[in-house]
Amino acid sequence: MKRSQFVEHVAWTGAGIAYTLASAGSLVGCAVADAPGAVDFVQISDSHVGFHLPANPDVLGTLKQAVDAINALPQAPAFVVHTGDITHLSTPKQFADAKDVLSALKVPLIALPGEHDVIGNDFKPYLANFRIPQAEPGGWATWENGGIRFIALLNVFNFEKMGLLGSDQLTWLQGVVSGLKPSQPIVVLTHVPLYALFPTWGWTTEDGAKALAMFSRFDNVTLLNGHIHQIITHTEGNLHFASADATAYPQPKPGAADKPGPVTLPHDDLLRAIGYRTVSADGNGARFEDHPLG
Amino acid sequence: MDMKLLFLATLVVKLIADSFQPASVTVTPGTTVVFINKDDDAHTVTSTTGLFDSKGLDTNASWKMTFNKPGTYKYFCELHPFMKGTIIVRAAHS
Repeated sequence: MKRSQFVEHVAWTGAGIAYTLASAGSLVGCAVADAPGAVDFVQISDSHVGFHLPANPDVLGTLKQAVDAINALPQAPAFVVHTGDITHLSTPKQFADAKDVLSALKVPLIALPGEHDVIGNDFKPYLANFRIPQAEPGGWATWENGGIRFIALLNVFNFEKMGLLGSDQLTWLQGVVSGLKPSQPIVVLTHVPLYALFPTWGWTTEDGAKALAMFSRFDNVTLLNGHIHQIITHTEGNLHFASADATAYPQPKPGAADKPGPVTLPHDDLLRAIGYRTVSADGNGARFEDHPLG
Repeated sequence: MDMKLLFLATLVVKLIADSFQPASVTVTPGTTVVFINKDDDAHTVTSTTGLFDSKGLDTNASWKMTFNKPGTYKYFCELHPFMKGTIIVRAAHS
């Protein structure tokens, strides 16, 4: 199978359609059939626990809905990754509430912080509740699972820059990738997109190009992020980017409003604009499906 | 006279539409600036030099800071770094 065919994006217009097709065992059953050695995992993002405005007065409820749906997947994923903004304001109560709901997941959780989780450049409330297993002292991490090299980068060191990796993390990253063969499949997890998706709204990583240059020699790199509360895919050479929906509320398309921020929709439409993502990665790359909550 | 001093001693900066309004103000030493978040998103009032930090301000939350020493105080929102503001503190006679 060619890589260009393998990396695909399916945005379902409703969970009902996804389940109907899945139960029929036809289109979805074929599309998600795993090659040997595939690693299945789930991405959720931007839960903003503590947010209470009309765009979503029950962010804990929609997070729980996502957790229940993930627990009900016919095939349990290897793990769930949360790509940040677990909370809205980094308060201990918000972290405790988020942890309470997320602890119902039946598989391990790997939770990255977003800028809303480290307000005041204070990582303590986040670290008191969530921590990437085997993380470096700076909080970033890498691990191998089923032949896939996973790399979780933190780009919320945002002193006047929304996305910033910093020289320490870039030096570490260079060490991680230097020993890998070009055929090594890589999945990169971040909160803020590593490329300049829409810098006007802070949807970029100031020094992201330095990391992307390190990845450019690889055959298959999948880069998953949150932060922008909507599904946007982008390809640069062999680098395949995919921003995920939030579990809390959508944001406007880039430049489609005066500013980024919560978009208020009727409840049914809200549920169609938030959700979770299933990902299947193997030696040929990664493929994903987005599952709205409604 | 007292009323006038009281009036001058407090100034409100609104955090609205992902901006600080007014974005730049000049005040006399001793002025208390009240920052009020009137936006639908969280914001911070964070000094570029680390002098002060409101931490996270929810919608309708406020935070205040008294500026006693003359100087130029630049600040931004950590969550939306494109939001920038300046408080200039200058003695009335200078």
